[in-house]
Amino acid sequence: MRRRLTPYLMILPAGLWLAVFFVVPLVLMASLSLQEGNLVDGFRQTFHWQNYTDGLSTYGDKFTRSLWYGLLATLACVAIAYPVAYWIAFKAGDRKSTYLFLLLLPFFVSFVLRTVSWKFVLADNGILLGTLKDWGLLPDDFHVLQTSFAVVAGLAYNFLPFMVLPIYVALERIDFRVVEAAQDLYAGRLQAFVRVVLPLSLPGVFAGVIMTFVPISADYVNAAVLGGPGNTMIGNVIQTEYFNNSNYPTASALSFTLMAILLVGIFLYARVLGTRDVLEAAGR
Amino acid sequence: MSRHPLSDDPAFLRGLTTRRDALRLFGAAGAGLALAACGVEGQGGKDKVTQSDVQKFWAGKTKNGTLNWANWPGYMEDDRATIKAFTKATGIRVDYKEVIQENAEWFGKIEAPLRAGQSIDFDLMVMSNGIQLEKTRQLGYLAPLDHSKLPNFAKHAGPSYKNPSYDPNNAFTIPYTSGITGIAYNTKYVDEEITSVQDLWNPRYKGKIGMMGDSQELGNFGMFAIGVDPEKSTPADWKKAAAKLREQQGLVRKYYTQDYADAISKGDVWLTMAWSGDVYSLGLDDVKFVVPKEGGTLWTDNMCIPKTAANPVDAITLMDWLYDPRNNATLTEFINYITPVPATQQIVRDDAAKAKGDERAELERLASSPLVYPSAADLARLRRYRTLTQAEETEYQKIFTPIAQGS
Amino acid sequence: MTTTAPAPADARTPAVKRRRRPRNGLGLRIYTWLVIAWLVLPIAVMILFGFNDTTSKFNFEWEGFTLKWYARLFDREDLTTALVNSLTIALASTVITTVLGTLVGLALGRYAFRGKGLSNLVLFAAISSPELVMGASLLSMFVTLNTPRGYGTILVSHVMFSIAFVAMTVRARAVGLDPSIEEAARDLGAGPWTTFRLVTLPLVLPGVISGALLAFALSIDDFIITNFTSGSTVTFPLWVWGSTRTGTPPQVNVMGTLLFAAGALIAVINLVASRRRARRT
Repeated sequence: MRRRLTPYLMILPAGLWLAVFFVVPLVLMASLSLQEGNLVDGFRQTFHWQNYTDGLSTYGDKFTRSLWYGLLATLACVAIAYPVAYWIAFKAGDRKSTYLFLLLLPFFVSFVLRTVSWKFVLADNGILLGTLKDWGLLPDDFHVLQTSFAVVAGLAYNFLPFMVLPIYVALERIDFRVVEAAQDLYAGRLQAFVRVVLPLSLPGVFAGVIMTFVPISADYVNAAVLGGPGNTMIGNVIQTEYFNNSNYPTASALSFTLMAILLVGIFLYARVLGTRDVLEAAGR
Repeated sequence: MSRHPLSDDPAFLRGLTTRRDALRLFGAAGAGLALAACGVEGQGGKDKVTQSDVQKFWAGKTKNGTLNWANWPGYMEDDRATIKAFTKATGIRVDYKEVIQENAEWFGKIEAPLRAGQSIDFDLMVMSNGIQLEKTRQLGYLAPLDHSKLPNFAKHAGPSYKNPSYDPNNAFTIPYTSGITGIAYNTKYVDEEITSVQDLWNPRYKGKIGMMGDSQELGNFGMFAIGVDPEKSTPADWKKAAAKLREQQGLVRKYYTQDYADAISKGDVWLTMAWSGDVYSLGLDDVKFVVPKEGGTLWTDNMCIPKTAANPVDAITLMDWLYDPRNNATLTEFINYITPVPATQQIVRDDAAKAKGDERAELERLASSPLVYPSAADLARLRRYRTLTQAEETEYQKIFTPIAQGS
Repeated sequence: MTTTAPAPADARTPAVKRRRRPRNGLGLRIYTWLVIAWLVLPIAVMILFGFNDTTSKFNFEWEGFTLKWYARLFDREDLTTALVNSLTIALASTVITTVLGTLVGLALGRYAFRGKGLSNLVLFAAISSPELVMGASLLSMFVTLNTPRGYGTILVSHVMFSIAFVAMTVRARAVGLDPSIEEAARDLGAGPWTTFRLVTLPLVLPGVISGALLAFALSIDDFIITNFTSGSTVTFPLWVWGSTRTGTPPQVNVMGTLLFAAGALIAVINLVASRRRARRT
């Protein structure tokens, strides 16, 4: 009897903590999102669904931009991370951990400090651009900061490890002899990669995409530090509504909408990729 | 270090989308939603104080010998000389924290504890006149000041700092310092003399113009650009000003909070809305400050005591001590903003006469700077923010906030 | 970070393949080093400018090498307080999270029970929810319940978002455990608590330690959720964020460098220790 209760007792403390500080706040936020009013006169629950429609109509373009930046940065992450993960998994031999360590080393510095450092490095006449301009390689009015490139690059930079690690783990599990078998069957290097390695690594890519796309779309630090007025993401809007305008209902409605969009995205993505057997895909 | 992603188990991920478990969660959430119909109480209208309110608050309060002060960055010497002088003169220890960056953010932080009648861990804070100070007054979050404890204020404060429109009779606040919002431009890149707000709309400077993101600052400049006095503006004026600001959006590099000083000294922007003291402190020959001929904004950062302060008597002692011209002069010599104590100008001149070399030049520059002691002509062009009622504020924010966000 | 035994060096007989691989490897090797360089660039700049003999508020032009900022590290009281806050919160959060998370990880890894699916769902949600939404919802709750925000609310939220990570780390380790070892212990008369203490815990210890390190790193680095729940308490990332507007003093660079060095050192130690462990088993 005691043994059967054991797992429940073990998850109880953490379960309670998450219930109180994760689930309940989400419910309360949903409740707040339907309220009306202001700070001085108070907020009242009126099931004011207009908070949602107003939010979407006023800030629809910020949602789209955030998802678009999310997509771009995630694709950039995949493109950058995959070859690195591949090389470390297959070619680095004994030094795998060292390379992984080197890759993750920069992330021992605080996220904000990293982004601020980029702002410093990319300054118009700073150490990078200033030097290039002095050498005549760039026109004088060229700038990187306050462009979407800077924001997407910053996002890709900050979330790269979330992509590298899952892909690496998936690739590392592949026994290289499978690739050799393919090559023995006259597959070229590229073919062996596309039809054997890639499908086997897809679960890792799948996990990596979820772990990067979601936080990237909701980020606001990169846009605030590196971006300009044309790069505002929905995260910036939510932060402003909470702190500058104390407009809790609108801010909550926007947060909830963002969460719903991302959840639907993940759900669809999981359904599409999760139900297909990856080896079957390789056989196409 | 970043998060270590551990979802390396695809079967695990697929197993999460079990419909039954998801439905169970939603059901619970829905029930919770119905129960969570609680709202948030309002508490407005507490800005009218009577003498008895004042007496009630200060009755029985004594000096405790310690004080927690929240202020903006750059408003106190690096070595805290003024604070040390205060401690030496009165024996009160001061814990000084530069935690205020933006009024809106600060208000957001102190709102909940003050509403619940709890301490915010500070006895003295400095807030600019504007929307947030108005809210703080209306919600009754500030201690009414006992002017019998403020003799220096009565004696030495300049006339334009007494009884301001945003706090009649200085019921809750007295000024700490004032500043001007005007235009700063970098003569290394701008060869003409900038005199007008319209210069910020000049397509010649496309991508090199900075504006401020704060809706009140931005709104004021929008109104200057269409020739309207912000203090007398109407919602129709706001909409016109917003339209004018939207015309400018493609030319603006960024809507700054306080980091424009960094940008203009580096050349990231060539001209920008700026605060007088920041430009003065930069001390760069290339970066000049001008009050546009259509007008500039005069704002005041005010000292006030939160209602739940643990050491209000110590706080009000400091507030009054800072109005002694000698103490104020030392402070002004560092922060370089407009002091509410005009008598300091002579003191600074005397200090300059006694000093030598670089220090003397610095002090002379200070004593004669229009950024710190503005002329009557300058002051005549300056306008404050419009005082807004609660309803007006919502509309004002709705009109001006999206502009800084690129909408 | 766990090391795995490298793939056995098979004898590759076809000469064709032996010729091909070094060419292949070189291109990707250069690429990997380029990526590492890109990743390290802003860090290197940050470390470098901790040695800048600057007099301006903005510390962006190199004016000479100096060690004085290391000596004057604690000159700014509020920055020091922020750093201390970050460290103490991270320590407290790590302790609580490790205990709670280890229990969950063990439960999920060793037992089958009803509600396992639900637990997995909640944990997955906790890991993949954007910080913005978690922070905003916590703020909504604190606003509705009138809770003042400060040290306590920061600690509570840090534990909340770290539990899932520790649980997953421990679970990954616990899943691979051979249950027959514990059964053997029980056959030899050990009670459940003794079994846990002397058999289970040491076996999952690497996972627990990794989880603890992860929780510490997550807490000390967190910005978004802390921004929402901090009230007027300042932690190190929050202080840095605030300073971007008025000029980041070199002390921030120095502190960043020191934290970085400390983290790197701990990771190296963990790496070496796990290598030695792998070699032993």
